[in-house]
Amino acid sequence: MRRPVRIGAALLGVVGLLASAACSAQPQATSKQTIKIVYQKTDSFTALDKVFQDAKQEFEAANAGVTVDLEPIQANDDDYGTKLALAQRSPDTAPDVFYEDTFKVRSDVDAGYLLKLDSQLASWDEWSKFNEGAKAAGRGDDGSIYAVPLGTDTRAIWYNKTVLQKAGIPVPWQPKTWDDILAAARKMKAADPGVIPFSMYAGTGTGEGTVMQSFYELLYGTGSSLYSESDKKWVLGSKGFTDSLQFLKTLYDEKLSVTPADALDANVWKKVFGQWLPQGKMGATVEGSYAPSFWQKGGSYEWAGYTQDMGVATFPTQFGQDPGGVSMSGGWTLAVGAKTKAPDLAFKFLTTALNKKNALAFDVNNSQIAVRTDVASDPGYQAANPFVKAVSDLVGVTHYRPATADYPKISLAVQQATEAVITGKQSPAEAAAEYDASVKKLVGDAKVMQK
Amino acid sequence: MAVPDSLSRSSLRRRTPIQRTLRRRLRLLPVVPSIVLLGFFMLAPVAWSFYASFTNAALSGQAALNPQWVGLDNYARMLTDSVFPLSAWLTMVFVIASAILGQNALGLGIALLMTRSGGATASLVGTVVVASWILPEIVAAFAAYAYFSQDGTLNQLLGLFGVQGTNWLYAFPMAAVVLANVWRGTAFSMLVYRAALSQVPRDISEAALMDGARGWQRLAFITLPIIRGSIATNLMLITLQTLAVFTLIWVMTGGGPSNASTTLPVLAYQEAFKLGDIGYGTAIASVLILIGMVFGAVYVRLIRGAKP
Repeated sequence: MRRPVRIGAALLGVVGLLASAACSAQPQATSKQTIKIVYQKTDSFTALDKVFQDAKQEFEAANAGVTVDLEPIQANDDDYGTKLALAQRSPDTAPDVFYEDTFKVRSDVDAGYLLKLDSQLASWDEWSKFNEGAKAAGRGDDGSIYAVPLGTDTRAIWYNKTVLQKAGIPVPWQPKTWDDILAAARKMKAADPGVIPFSMYAGTGTGEGTVMQSFYELLYGTGSSLYSESDKKWVLGSKGFTDSLQFLKTLYDEKLSVTPADALDANVWKKVFGQWLPQGKMGATVEGSYAPSFWQKGGSYEWAGYTQDMGVATFPTQFGQDPGGVSMSGGWTLAVGAKTKAPDLAFKFLTTALNKKNALAFDVNNSQIAVRTDVASDPGYQAANPFVKAVSDLVGVTHYRPATADYPKISLAVQQATEAVITGKQSPAEAAAEYDASVKKLVGDAKVMQK
Repeated sequence: MAVPDSLSRSSLRRRTPIQRTLRRRLRLLPVVPSIVLLGFFMLAPVAWSFYASFTNAALSGQAALNPQWVGLDNYARMLTDSVFPLSAWLTMVFVIASAILGQNALGLGIALLMTRSGGATASLVGTVVVASWILPEIVAAFAAYAYFSQDGTLNQLLGLFGVQGTNWLYAFPMAAVVLANVWRGTAFSMLVYRAALSQVPRDISEAALMDGARGWQRLAFITLPIIRGSIATNLMLITLQTLAVFTLIWVMTGGGPSNASTTLPVLAYQEAFKLGDIGYGTAIASVLILIGMVFGAVYVRLIRGAKP
């Protein structure tokens, strides 16, 4: 399949070797080297671009003759992942350093896209500043480290205090069970039929947002889970799965959430952050700890009032059972391409981009939860916004996605189940049954278990 | 030339068979570059896609590093996949409704009306119809999205009459993309039929008129049989274009809601690039190529039949 490319590349390599051998008599005093950095940049996500611009200046000043070639990809998370994977299929286009979602690390290690960093990390004195839990985010199935985390995140309920107060709900608000959420949402609807009381994402339009900021908060709060880490099998037929779908159905059927048509729009989150919450047209939603990054100064939907008007609450478990709350964590890393021609230089750039100054700037501008202990204890980080402590505490009840190579397909099957339920195409039981059937088809009978 | 005509002919006759084959081969020389280019840029991707459809090639994971030969597994999976039959059906609906019926009939209708109307009207109508066709596909797709969406032009127009519109892309996704494709593609059929109708000899039509044939009779028994070849050619071209439509649907509905507008190109893209399953995605693409070839073969027969 890629053989012609490989042969071509090999021939080029041979020619290159011959050429360099021929020239080796003259030592190259000013060797020009270029390293290519690939990352994501959108109109509402520029924090990383700024970090890399700064790191480029720093790095080029410290390493004469080296050019850092920044290649931002303008795309949403899904398309960014696709473009990155396509670039990595050929050594000609593969980046030296790139921005990598934690849940893709393991499958991309399997694909041979990521360079093993163990030996380089051993001689990097700042590696000890990263907290142990965060280090695991870049670990492959073989136990080696392949990626270094930039920051992590948690998910919580973000609510507009004024909307709740108008409905007579005392703030600070902390629902204890799912029914508390429904009761509060119904009150808000009764007080003002024009508001969207409690929005939770659903459907394939919002992609990973649907599962990370909605369905998993429900599922993991029922005591069930998507995947059994101990058995290495996908869990099927759980009551928790059907109950979670039923909860979404109730929200959408009673019009407590956005309309199904809005929910299926991939850009609905822009309206949540940019219009509905700031304008007091939405009571609450489940969103990431990075929510303030949109509203703070320099964010894409600047809103000075968010520090007073917004509140944050833990998403409750189904009946208030232990541990009383649930959250999901993800986060992004930097990794070095396995096909890089300058692994040491690439790693050196990675450490520049992740030094204390740059990591602090990224965590503050993008409202990330710090993974470096020296950043976490920095006063500038703690004062970044009023919610830093609340969302950082959620690390205690958080869950991670089962980031196996099969995960993206399973995630889509979950999204499709939620879509079928909120559009009324299937009942929760039917959608759960179809989910079970498609998972079996996707991963095979040997990798599933009934619960 | 200095050589007399008779001599050159006799020298031709004297060539040995080997010389003649050589001459024939040499005549092919000028087309070799275009054949090579076509081979590289058209045939090679098709062949690769066909090959990949028998593997489990993927964007990530083990299969990205070492794709394995899986035989007909990907094709067998289509038979059990619940989305594939729906998608194949929607593709047929899309092609028949928007190309064979919509673009074809509307294009012929407009072309017929234009031959009867005055020059100014004809050129005005022609410009309006062609305008949507010359737009790049992505621009046309955004225009159609802006027209049908919740706060779009259509609902604003309806609002003038006090009618509360719905979100057309959500409530009637197939109808919306079919109409958008008719809007975008009719110009092509119109141009083909304008050219064809101008070739219909006036005298036959007039003779039929003298014999008392009505308008529709002249259309059905004189005009259509004469332009039969053009109809078949046009059908072939618009069918193949419509089978391959991706951008329009992707921008307008993304294949949703709940796969209600997922045609085969959209499904192939989703499988290959959203889910990273290149093997299955290319298998769907290969089926799409086969469907195109079947349509092509049928139309080629029609064209042959049209030329006595």
